Amino acid sequence: MTISIDPKTFLLSKQLPNLSYSATTHRFDETWEAPLSTLLGLGRAAGADFVEFFLERSNYISCLAEDDQITSISPRLSTGAGVRVFKGKADCYVSTNDLSFNGLKSALEKALGIMALHLPAPNSYVPEINLELLRDYATKKGKDSWLQECSSMREMGEVLLAANGKLKQTATHIQSRRAAYFRDWQEVLVASSDGTFARDIRLTQSVGYNLLCADGTNRSSIGQRVGDTSNPNFLTTWDYGATAEDVSESAGKMLYADYVESGTYPIIMANQFGGVIFHEACGHLLETTQIERNTTPFAEMKGQKIAHESLTAWDEGLSGNAFGTIDMDDEGMPAQRTLLIENGILKNFIADRAGSIRTGHPRTGSGRRNSYAYAAASRMRNTYIAPGEHHVDELFNSIEKGIYCKKMGGGSVGATGQFNFAVDEAYLIENGKITKPLKGATLIGEAKEIMNKISMCSADLGLAAGFCGSVSGSIYVTVGQPHIKVDSITVGGR
Amino acid sequence: MSLNIQTVSASAHQIATKLGISKFDLSGSATDSVSVQVDKGEPKQVKASNRSGITVRVWNSENTVGITSTTDVDENGLELALKTAHEASFFGIKEHAPDFSPEATAPIAEIEIESGDAATVPQLIDSLVDAERKLLEAHEAIESVPYNSLAQSSIDQFYLNSDGALRSDSRSYTSLYLYTKTEQEGKKPRSAGAFELSHSFDKLNVQKCIDEAAEKTISHLNYEKVASGKYTVVFSPEAFLSLLGAFSNLFNAQSILDNQSLSTPESLGTQIASPLLSVADDALHPSNIGIETFDGEGTPTRRINLIDKGVLSSFIHSAGTAKRMNAQPTGHANMGSKITVSPHFYHVSGGETIEDKYNLDTAENVILIDDLQALHAGVQSLQGSFSLPFDGWVINKGVKTSIEAATVAGDFRELLNSIAYIEPKEELTNSGVCPRIWVEGLSVTGE
Repeated sequence: MTISIDPKTFLLSKQLPNLSYSATTHRFDETWEAPLSTLLGLGRAAGADFVEFFLERSNYISCLAEDDQITSISPRLSTGAGVRVFKGKADCYVSTNDLSFNGLKSALEKALGIMALHLPAPNSYVPEINLELLRDYATKKGKDSWLQECSSMREMGEVLLAANGKLKQTATHIQSRRAAYFRDWQEVLVASSDGTFARDIRLTQSVGYNLLCADGTNRSSIGQRVGDTSNPNFLTTWDYGATAEDVSESAGKMLYADYVESGTYPIIMANQFGGVIFHEACGHLLETTQIERNTTPFAEMKGQKIAHESLTAWDEGLSGNAFGTIDMDDEGMPAQRTLLIENGILKNFIADRAGSIRTGHPRTGSGRRNSYAYAAASRMRNTYIAPGEHHVDELFNSIEKGIYCKKMGGGSVGATGQFNFAVDEAYLIENGKITKPLKGATLIGEAKEIMNKISMCSADLGLAAGFCGSVSGSIYVTVGQPHIKVDSITVGGR
Repeated sequence: MSLNIQTVSASAHQIATKLGISKFDLSGSATDSVSVQVDKGEPKQVKASNRSGITVRVWNSENTVGITSTTDVDENGLELALKTAHEASFFGIKEHAPDFSPEATAPIAEIEIESGDAATVPQLIDSLVDAERKLLEAHEAIESVPYNSLAQSSIDQFYLNSDGALRSDSRSYTSLYLYTKTEQEGKKPRSAGAFELSHSFDKLNVQKCIDEAAEKTISHLNYEKVASGKYTVVFSPEAFLSLLGAFSNLFNAQSILDNQSLSTPESLGTQIASPLLSVADDALHPSNIGIETFDGEGTPTRRINLIDKGVLSSFIHSAGTAKRMNAQPTGHANMGSKITVSPHFYHVSGGETIEDKYNLDTAENVILIDDLQALHAGVQSLQGSFSLPFDGWVINKGVKTSIEAATVAGDFRELLNSIAYIEPKEELTNSGVCPRIWVEGLSVTGE
């Protein structure tokens, strides 16, 4: 058999300046296949081992009600792209606002140049990359109309003012009331030289309160919010009445709370946002980013016991409408349900493409980023401790003197595994009963030690919306857990 | 996408006229940046970007304001932004609606900013690889430099409005960050970081950053637990400025008007700190690498005395807060979802006398805090309280012992009034100029 090749069907690099592409500007669809496959081929022809384009268009709006007026409605529109070039284990990431063919080509050339790679000579063939048929999660899952279905500016204002009105009825000693909402609509397209070609639309919304109360020199501030990733009508479903009562009750109790006495205590952490302890003290240390930097004590412990046998934990891409839910990650990989720890044994790490290349751990659909301005990195999605078998009362009854951490603030973990969390709402436990509110508590510990001290988990798993800041910017995540008991932890106070 | 300010200005006026918009203003910037990271002598990741962004405000016929920001700075993007801002304007506040700054056309300071040649990416990589190597060689316990970055950026920013204001300035800077981690048999890992900033690569003091990171790391190798209790605490300039920044609502006029501050309008002129303390915010300080000559509303920046011998002497303002509080705008406005106000560069004045009682070579059992951590989590800025992990040492008659792990807690207003001594020597940091500050009776939780 003879195979003949028509040279006219192959692209020569000298033809690049004369190419004319007509990709749609208002939507990332199949029309982007031709220019992106050409650019990916150009990158490979220059000697890159792997090339990826990430295109993004976002439409964000925030609305703020302060006391009884709307003080801010602020839309933000953004379009941009990032190109990532790998040579061996090193990579270069260049971002731009210019999505024209020449703009993207210029970004690619810059990335190649930084990696000391050069465009092929004028008469060289440019092997266009065969991209898969567009894997379009947006269209398949009916997301194309989401933006139009979201609340209007007028509706945002009406809901927030009504919500703030309710807070005025339920709280006392109010210094300021704030209700805030945001909607973040994002369309992304990923094309890479391994043939990945995938599109998605994400719709992330969050709404909540911040209440500041003051009585003389006593002050308390309580915030609470909920989030959603796939219901355009989310705002109108917010049960602000129940939230207002909850926030008001917490602020009222904390207004006259005593400062916590520093020391070492057994603690119970409430479900939902209490899961921030696992997120900070363990989750971050299971990201391949941390293995690359040698900043996790768990790097060589896969298959070994790293936590109390009562602890099982997951990180998953799809958890209904939870705040960290994604159909695909920002590298075009379908989201995976990843078992992190099973009965105390480390089972898997959280890996993106670069992390997989550099550490050998398999990708888990966890390559995430704030926007096109960042290269993707291994990041958590919906991360939670699985429910246990105990009733919450059993946890309390096991403590003679300790602290109940009902509402957690933020926290962080350092390069040596030391972590800390602020507690926004805490109570003293005496003989298994809650006796009085406490303020000013900070939980401090070492990740490696604390995971072995989580000795009891109740059955009431709850999830909560959160924001996580790390190497690839701030992203939306879920934290979660049932009520858990930590046998002992250092509590910073007065 | 680079920004031509004259072109943006012409397009904005033309599109506004077409849309029937007679009053608008626009603040924007274009940033060109590159950064490198290395790992064990090899380049790990290089990032580069060329990005622009603008924020537009539109006033409608009812004189309420809408705002929109966009990264699409071509004509289509600009038109969409103006349209969206116009739509949003009908939901704008009616009471105290913002207006142009009365100083949007006032002269701005003529600052001669030192400039130098930009480095190439290979130069940045070579320099960082060399810095990493020197740090690893500084002590056998230093096992890695897990966080490192050498970055350079150039920024053009501008402001224009429909009354004809048009101003711009440019600046560039280079930064180096080195953060070490140690491993020693039988000991917990320790870490320390150093940061250096300059106008350009050739003026960057790389060796100083290496020396600082090495010295800090080595000084923390032999650590001990510290007993919980009340201590005299000496804040390093960096630590004090980070705490001051976390409680900047004390002098932030917007926060005060929003009831989101520890101060009220009546706080002005009252004693809020020890008479030893004087604080200014000085955007134009010659040591400020990030000098901005005008703010997001086009108001010229300037030096403002915030605390004068313990007395709260001025707030920082936008045009809107100044109007409401019958003051002058101070050049601290940021055009965002809501006009916000923030400080530029602190100048905490050094003390006037040397007191032997407050000398780290002779003092007994004081704690020197080098760096406060996790401020985002441990500061309750509206309550005034803080509880923060820190890197530091117990110092006893000049003997310095690293503290294994501890937190310091207190009320910031009480802290300001408990300042016992301010050392005379002012030190330059990246967020301002400040001496070491001694505070009595702070709670430290250790063992």
